[in-house]
Amino acid sequence: MNLAQFHILSLTVVFCACLFNRADATDLRGAMLANPCAGCHGMDGVSPGSIPSINQLSADALVAALKAFKSGERPGTVMDRIAKGYTDDEIQRIADYFQPPKQNIKP
Amino acid sequence: MHHFTRRDFLKYAGALSALGASGCASLSSASGPHIVVVGGGFGGATCAKYLRKLAGPAIAITLVEKNRQYVTCPFSNTVIGGLRTLDSLTHNYDALAKKYNIEVVYDSVTRVDGAAKSVSLQSGGKLSYARLVIAPGIDFKWDVIEGYDAAASEILPHAWKAGAQTTLLRKQLVDMPDGGVVLIAAPADPFRCPPGPYERASLIANYLKQNKPKSKILILDAKDKFSKQPLFQDAWDELYGGMIEWVPGSQGGKVTRVDVKTRSVYADNSTHKAAVVNVIPPQKAGALAHTAGLANETGWCPVDARTFESKLQPNIHVIGDACLGGKMPKSGYSAHSQAKVCAAQIAALLLDQPPLDPSWINTCYSLIAPDYGITVAAVYRATPEGIVDVAGAGGVSPREAPRSLRAAEANYADGWYKSVTADTFS
Repeated sequence: MNLAQFHILSLTVVFCACLFNRADATDLRGAMLANPCAGCHGMDGVSPGSIPSINQLSADALVAALKAFKSGERPGTVMDRIAKGYTDDEIQRIADYFQPPKQNIKP
Repeated sequence: MHHFTRRDFLKYAGALSALGASGCASLSSASGPHIVVVGGGFGGATCAKYLRKLAGPAIAITLVEKNRQYVTCPFSNTVIGGLRTLDSLTHNYDALAKKYNIEVVYDSVTRVDGAAKSVSLQSGGKLSYARLVIAPGIDFKWDVIEGYDAAASEILPHAWKAGAQTTLLRKQLVDMPDGGVVLIAAPADPFRCPPGPYERASLIANYLKQNKPKSKILILDAKDKFSKQPLFQDAWDELYGGMIEWVPGSQGGKVTRVDVKTRSVYADNSTHKAAVVNVIPPQKAGALAHTAGLANETGWCPVDARTFESKLQPNIHVIGDACLGGKMPKSGYSAHSQAKVCAAQIAALLLDQPPLDPSWINTCYSLIAPDYGITVAAVYRATPEGIVDVAGAGGVSPREAPRSLRAAEANYADGWYKSVTADTFS
């Protein structure tokens, strides 16, 4: 994708902004890994119920938590079982995806 | 096969930019590629919503659903057990229409024309599609159990689709005398919600223990083992001491016939009469899957493990309970997770990108009592052998655990319900 194309895609992202608060809806690889998490942790990591939200954690904190669940260092109810399903690279990608939008891209 | 190309996408995106920000609210006439989703459950509703999230405003999305309201099967056992109301499990499509600009059409699809890429509606209309997503859920194989058909289920409820059936089973439990038997006939695999019959038995026991403590629950099972079995059986001993009896298929549990008039259930060599009879019949993909030629001899729909595109018909994706989803169980959460993968793959296709490496999660919470929850979870990936769970991950709650862990999982079960329904419908 060249820069002009990216620019136009970015424009579509801005038009999405009235629907979504994320700026990276086009990160489909990140979405693929992170979207299933939202079933429990809420859309974009914002939980409406008793399961913790994960959108307020920094990427580093989320990576550390997931790795601690994965290693068994941190006890969990179900996260210790789920975190073992991801490589360290994937954990990083998931954590990045759940960061609040850094830039609402302006044309 | 025509792909909506990136060039097309950018053209539509550009056209939209001319509309200004208000374009968001006026896209129902969008001339971008049209994705039609049929079925408004956890699969279909989630797919429609995430298509908007992932593919942006340029595409037109139509959700075709027969009913204006959707009652979730997940948590319907809490209604049967008297812990919640059916209203609290009832959702609608207003947010999908208003917040996500999805055209919601309350209608049924009568015909799919794969060659013309269009679907015909009961009302007489027709919708053309670039991609069609079908999430028809399940239908029952009536009369595999002799004497048990749709009419019989109005008297001896299945309660395996939530709504009036749920209310009927609840009413029968409330009306039955103390000391009665509640009989649950559980089907062979595969079927919707593998732990469901056993959660149901648990929450009925919770109700009976408090209200009709001389009663019994008899589960006649077509199979010899079931989901989370040791956890369920441990808890039944601990909480309900002998109230629940489970008969496996090889020991006379396989139900072959039902007599509605006498409320009798016939298993291999025995006959049982019960105050309340709940027959969960064998299942197959929802009717549309069959009329559209998407199901094979198994009664379910073979699909590509990465994209959920039908192996029988191009440009049509099948998600949720109706599809053969490899190792994924037929659950609301599986359907929800598959819907997001399917939406991302369609978004990639519209951008002319190759399919992405998919990733799924399923977590099934079961309540054994209001403060006693257990789970099974897995992370799934696509392989040449189909969708498989990642080795070394997932599994069930520990068998030896303090009650505080069971209470925490019960609390998270409630949170799961709030999250997954919001992520699907609002």
